[in-house]
Amino acid sequence: MDKERVDQIIEKHNAEASSLIQVLLDIQSENNWLPKEALERVAERLTVPMTRIQHIATFYKAFSLVPKGRHQIHVCMGTACHVRGAPRVLDTVQEMTGIKPGETDLDLKFSLQTVNCLGCCALGPVLEVDGKTHGKMAPSKTAAVLKNCD
Amino acid sequence: MPRINSTDELKKLRQKILSLRDPNKPCISICAGAGCIASGAGEVIVAFNAEIEKQGLKTDVDTKGTGCPGFCERGPIVVIYPEEICYLQVTPEDVPEIVSQTIKEKKVIDRLLYVDQSTGEKAIHESDIPFYKNQERNIIGSNIKIDPKSIEDYLAIGGYAALAKALSGMTAEQVLGEVKKANLRGRGGGGFPAGSKWEGSRNAPEKIKYVIVNADEGDPGAFMDRALLEGNPHSVLEGLIIGAYAIGSHEGYVYVRQEYPLAVENVNIAIKQAEEYGLLGKNILGSGFDFTVKVHQGAGAFVCGESTALMTALEGRAGEPRPKYVRSNVVGLWGRPSVLNNVETWANVPLIINKGADWFTQFGTESSKGTKIFSLVGKITNTGLVEVPMGITLRDIIYKIGGGIPGGKRFKAVQTGGPSGGCIPEELLDLPVGFDELTKAGSMMGSGGMIVMDEDTCMVDVARYFLDFLTDESCGKCVPCREGMRQMLKILTNITQGKGKEGDIELLEELSETAREAALCALGKSSPNPFLSTLKYFRDEYEAHIKEKRCPALSCKELIAYHIDPEKCQACMSCFRKCPSEAIVGGKNLIHIIDQEKCTKCGTCFEVCPPRFRAVTKISGEPVPPPIPEEARTIVRESKQK
Amino acid sequence: MSEIILQIDGKEVKAKEGMTLLEVARSAGISIPTLCYHEKLEPFGACRLCIVEVESRGSTRLVVSCVYPAEKNIIVKTRSEKVDRIRKMILELQLAHAPDAFDLQELAKEYGADRGRFEKEPSFCIHCGLCVRYCAEVKKKNAVGFVDRGIRKEINFIPEIASKECWNCKECFPLCPTEALQAAYVLVQALAFPSQPASEE
Repeated sequence: MDKERVDQIIEKHNAEASSLIQVLLDIQSENNWLPKEALERVAERLTVPMTRIQHIATFYKAFSLVPKGRHQIHVCMGTACHVRGAPRVLDTVQEMTGIKPGETDLDLKFSLQTVNCLGCCALGPVLEVDGKTHGKMAPSKTAAVLKNCD
Repeated sequence: MPRINSTDELKKLRQKILSLRDPNKPCISICAGAGCIASGAGEVIVAFNAEIEKQGLKTDVDTKGTGCPGFCERGPIVVIYPEEICYLQVTPEDVPEIVSQTIKEKKVIDRLLYVDQSTGEKAIHESDIPFYKNQERNIIGSNIKIDPKSIEDYLAIGGYAALAKALSGMTAEQVLGEVKKANLRGRGGGGFPAGSKWEGSRNAPEKIKYVIVNADEGDPGAFMDRALLEGNPHSVLEGLIIGAYAIGSHEGYVYVRQEYPLAVENVNIAIKQAEEYGLLGKNILGSGFDFTVKVHQGAGAFVCGESTALMTALEGRAGEPRPKYVRSNVVGLWGRPSVLNNVETWANVPLIINKGADWFTQFGTESSKGTKIFSLVGKITNTGLVEVPMGITLRDIIYKIGGGIPGGKRFKAVQTGGPSGGCIPEELLDLPVGFDELTKAGSMMGSGGMIVMDEDTCMVDVARYFLDFLTDESCGKCVPCREGMRQMLKILTNITQGKGKEGDIELLEELSETAREAALCALGKSSPNPFLSTLKYFRDEYEAHIKEKRCPALSCKELIAYHIDPEKCQACMSCFRKCPSEAIVGGKNLIHIIDQEKCTKCGTCFEVCPPRFRAVTKISGEPVPPPIPEEARTIVRESKQK
Repeated sequence: MSEIILQIDGKEVKAKEGMTLLEVARSAGISIPTLCYHEKLEPFGACRLCIVEVESRGSTRLVVSCVYPAEKNIIVKTRSEKVDRIRKMILELQLAHAPDAFDLQELAKEYGADRGRFEKEPSFCIHCGLCVRYCAEVKKKNAVGFVDRGIRKEINFIPEIASKECWNCKECFPLCPTEALQAAYVLVQALAFPSQPASEE
């Protein structure tokens, strides 16, 4: 991500230290991950120590310090989804993509994460791919959803 | 849009909006909440707009994407006004028929109506559906009537009248007094009296004070706040501004979790609109009261729902809770008095001001006043959000409104209060729902999640599941929570895998005491609750796992084996084809056998075996019968004789 | 700041308003065990070892003395059956990470904690936070910080800062109750700036 774009995002939040998380969220959503150079620039402009950024970037699940895949898969593991069989949906997704939660495959095609509740509990089990939510999932239906990703 | 500069101007604007609306004009309301959108409501809305255009009805019929009414399992939901005809699970293919039959010819389409599972009765109007009929939808009832992105829709149903009343006709003390009189208790989990919280901040000497909306809704299984913030963001803002006025705060924050992008979008739009109309900013409605509000997004941490952790996150730090020896309504955000309340709590405020505390207190019990929105999910027929007066029994919620357990299964427990709560068994179902009643039973109301579990749910696994969740979400600062839960999770995982041993339960109880007494925050202190409540009511399951290596619910993978009953198998080959590990040995007219070495316990065979055969069984705690010899596997079919 | 009077272990003690219970106890010569407390640093309240029983307004509860503000007329007990039981458990949980840590072993003897109660955990760090806080508050270099959360929480040196500052400082090393800190530093040094020597030759 180029320095100018990072600076623009910082300006949008008035370079306030309390907006650190909002700044990082904007960088993450545009760039799909947080490159070290971007973090160093943020540390400089917001006058916050690098340790604080390091803690925040690893404390919050929304951030990734490594490039993510083209397709983000989130499997909801909330209680309602769990009770309706989410672990089996997760097993199927793991088998199909070859990766475990928190990982990205070697082709940078898929990134898999578990989420602790997307708020669509009445539709459990829920799978979110590239921001689109799919409800009433079952292991057999997972294949159809993932096959559409190239 | 010119600013509204006085309560008079507001009144006039509202009248003008209403005069331009014909209540008899057909309006097609399609729920555009996250749940229905996931079920395809976006395409349905597009289809309606196209069909209306095609049939030349654009000026005669309105369409509207609305807020979430909460009946998510049957979405996409469409309600046609003015008749209030409610259609469920609508697809784009249904749209032409709906427009020509219902809109043009006023005929009802039977197959899209709600059908009562037990009586077969159909319900035409939204208010006839048993799911809705037995609720008291004071707060969430408005959602299906408004487009959350339209402030005029909110004004049309009486929005911001409470704010006008408060700013022009009441002093700050009077507003505070009304909220205290209503005995509004926090809807986020703590159940703390909002009036007292507000008073503490009001009386604090520091001049700069903050009001905060906690929209972090992290409890898995709860989505009330999502529906409210997405579906009616102005109602939350209105409550917040009134609260700020009562306390003397001029700056507010809405902390929304990042997993709710539609809620973030809609509340941002609402704030912008309110600013344009002069309902936020300087000199609101000419009262001299200034108030601004900012939106902060969460970044994926359950612990940030804890009030001190949330404030730490607002300061741009990792969300680690602080000790609460000095309350945050006195020393909170930036060390200043801060009133933090849940979304639903704020949404109750306009109602209390509009209709008065006396109206509000007619609902509920002595100590729990008003209504509460619960998210009724899990193994239940009618899944969704239910708003009921406090004091209603759990049995009524689960059976009358929820329609009972599907699939003919037996009810086992209802889990309330999220990861800080506990499980309530059948024998306590007549408990009235209220803050104190549920706590006495070993659980808590929490934010309102109600997860129904049936005979197939393993309660030891439920405890393990919550501990797994909490060890991931704990901030990790204090020893009793981080280390205590680390060890508890290990022990519970071992138990579910058949590696439990004598003394495990006692050690778990000791670790529970340490967390309860010495943890830093409510997350740590309540972390043992799921274990303690399942132990209290389902101790037999723990003992079966430990002593007999048996899972009574036939759920824990390591303790069960799948077996095809040779008496029942009819060699339909469904399981043979679907088995992902090729662990089934069989063929045409051959009784199928599961190779236990290859079986991964995925459960697919159990799922696909036709109900009329029901040949696949689960065994636990006893050895799997050896496969019958090959020669005996041929099925001799009786020939069809006349 | 006005003076207040309270009772600790049956002894009447005087305190100034604004002091924590731990500070009051220490000023009166009463000892309370701590792991994450340091006079030069802001109280952290993470190890929970300094919990004490406080009786006030008719009810008794456990509070963490390094952060609890002293109040007048409260009755404090630094030892009790419950307090000892919980301190023992906290020590046993910590010993699973650092069974050979000298400070932990001393306390273990006092409270009868069993170092083998829990299986040995792979990470040495007991998260007292002394290194992180010392570097941030006293040295103001922020060379080492926390990463992640929950059971995955660890400490980590920032290689760019550590390579410049730590070699000439190392003031945090003696603060660490375990070997975790030195181990973390040596690892970062080996991976990120191997050209610099880690120890005096």
